Amino acid sequence: MAARGKVTISVDECKGCGLCVESCPPKCLELAEELSPYGVHPARYTGSECTGCGICFYCCPEPGAITVYRLAPPAKKTSTLVAEPVAP
Amino acid sequence: MATDVKDERTSSETYETAHEKSSVFYDLYERKSDLKQQTHYCPGCGHGVVHKLIAEALQDLDLQDRTIFVSPVGCSVFAYYYFDVGNVQVAHGRAPAAATGIKRACPEKIVISYQGDGDLAAIGTAEIVHAANRGEKITVFFINNGIYGMTGGQMAPTTLVGQKSTTSPFGRRPANEGFPIHMAELLATLQAPVYVERVALCDNKNIMRARRAVRKALELQRDGAGFSFVEILSPCPTIWGKEPVAARNWVLEKMVPEFPLAVFRDRKEPLPANGAPPQRPVAEVLGINQGINNNGNGRRTQPFKGLSINIAGFGGQGVLLLGQLLAEMGTEQGLEVSWLPSYGPEMRSGSAHCWVTLSKSRIGSPLTAKPDVLIAMNEVSLRKFADQVPSGGFILYNGHTLPEDFPMPQAQVYCIPASAIADKLGSAKAANIVMMGAMLEETGCFEPSTATRFLEAKVKNPTLLEIDIKAITAGCDAVDHQVNLGPVSQPDGFA
Repeated sequence: MAARGKVTISVDECKGCGLCVESCPPKCLELAEELSPYGVHPARYTGSECTGCGICFYCCPEPGAITVYRLAPPAKKTSTLVAEPVAP
Repeated sequence: MATDVKDERTSSETYETAHEKSSVFYDLYERKSDLKQQTHYCPGCGHGVVHKLIAEALQDLDLQDRTIFVSPVGCSVFAYYYFDVGNVQVAHGRAPAAATGIKRACPEKIVISYQGDGDLAAIGTAEIVHAANRGEKITVFFINNGIYGMTGGQMAPTTLVGQKSTTSPFGRRPANEGFPIHMAELLATLQAPVYVERVALCDNKNIMRARRAVRKALELQRDGAGFSFVEILSPCPTIWGKEPVAARNWVLEKMVPEFPLAVFRDRKEPLPANGAPPQRPVAEVLGINQGINNNGNGRRTQPFKGLSINIAGFGGQGVLLLGQLLAEMGTEQGLEVSWLPSYGPEMRSGSAHCWVTLSKSRIGSPLTAKPDVLIAMNEVSLRKFADQVPSGGFILYNGHTLPEDFPMPQAQVYCIPASAIADKLGSAKAANIVMMGAMLEETGCFEPSTATRFLEAKVKNPTLLEIDIKAITAGCDAVDHQVNLGPVSQPDGFA
């Protein structure tokens, strides 16, 4: 099953402070081993377990470094099993 | 059935954006030629977090287009590169004073004063205390990191006891440097503030609490409640010499015990409105008619819209007084006016000048880089200011002729020997009134009769009044009989 949330981190904006890694409740962020072009170890999403809570977004000092996504609620099913309610 | 559901979820696995960069921030920050996507703050700095909280609140409350952000001096001096709102950057510590002026002039705007502890709690103590005490309807965000950050880590009034800084290398000692100042508590002793809270960027829970406080302070201003103040304990990893995460923990472990987190004021009932200053146009308050001369009866054929004047000379020549008289006449005629004097410590013979603006619309700044009119009462002033008058403006120079080596300026020049004329009339002191007459004749902004009436009400001494009235007429005549010097101005070049 897909994670409830997803995080993208802009390597161009991340300064590698690590506050998001520290703050993430499910611990699904890490600092990359390789250096970014700016000479820091940027944060990255491990790829699973994100709940989309957004804490990392608020702890991150850079305005646009982190973007948090949440799984969209499933589209309304047009089920054939349940009849649509009909207005009287 | 269960399988069906799972299949459906995998197929419709779409993510919606939950948190992204606020539209209140600029896309790129034009401060530097490179790295335009990053702020200038150090990794782990609290400023960025507070910026994000403010930006998010402004976006959610739909206040971006009516916000004026007052940046301080300190690390956050460049906030105007980040926030896509109205921006002003002011002298060290003076943000609440500037914010007061902005809010009073534009009560419908959301005015934010954003200050650090060196700015607000040291050099700006007087401004913040009095703005709070007057209950100015502004919001102040006070970023307290216990140190001077931008200048390299000097001791601030908020530095903790024992904390080392470049100016307290053995740690702060109360016997020598006093105790950390608690601004939130201090302001909460005043009657006027409606909301005072201290929050901290020390962990997830408290950052979210700070988010609520920022939002609440802005909501209160939106609703016109009054002075709101949020102190935010904030990490400064670079100056503290700590890693960002350790710095954040240090806020919790060291700063919070000294600066307790609490709501110190949350006034529910509004302040009594008795004696609230009137928010009406000046002319209406004074009960005066909008009797401005629209007919262009002067030499200029354009209807009068506004005029900026620089009057310069020696102290004692009535330079400032002439400006005052023009401004007061403008007020009486229902115009917006400003009068900004500039003079040295000498009352006599030092150089003095003043900027006067008369306008039918709101005046943005009393300072004018390119005045329409220069009244130069002496040669020094002529040489100093002549270049500022653009083509289409004019210069009234107190002298028979221009100095021989004086390069012809782009503006039109009239030589009016005002001192000599006034001396013949009985008092050389009336030279400024001769210049007034000349200026009124040339611009047509007021009828000379208006000036005469005005002087009759102002000048009590009948002998002087007589000289003044003659001086106005003499000034009008002098300009009428002038041979224009300098380039001929465009007829529509007049403001």
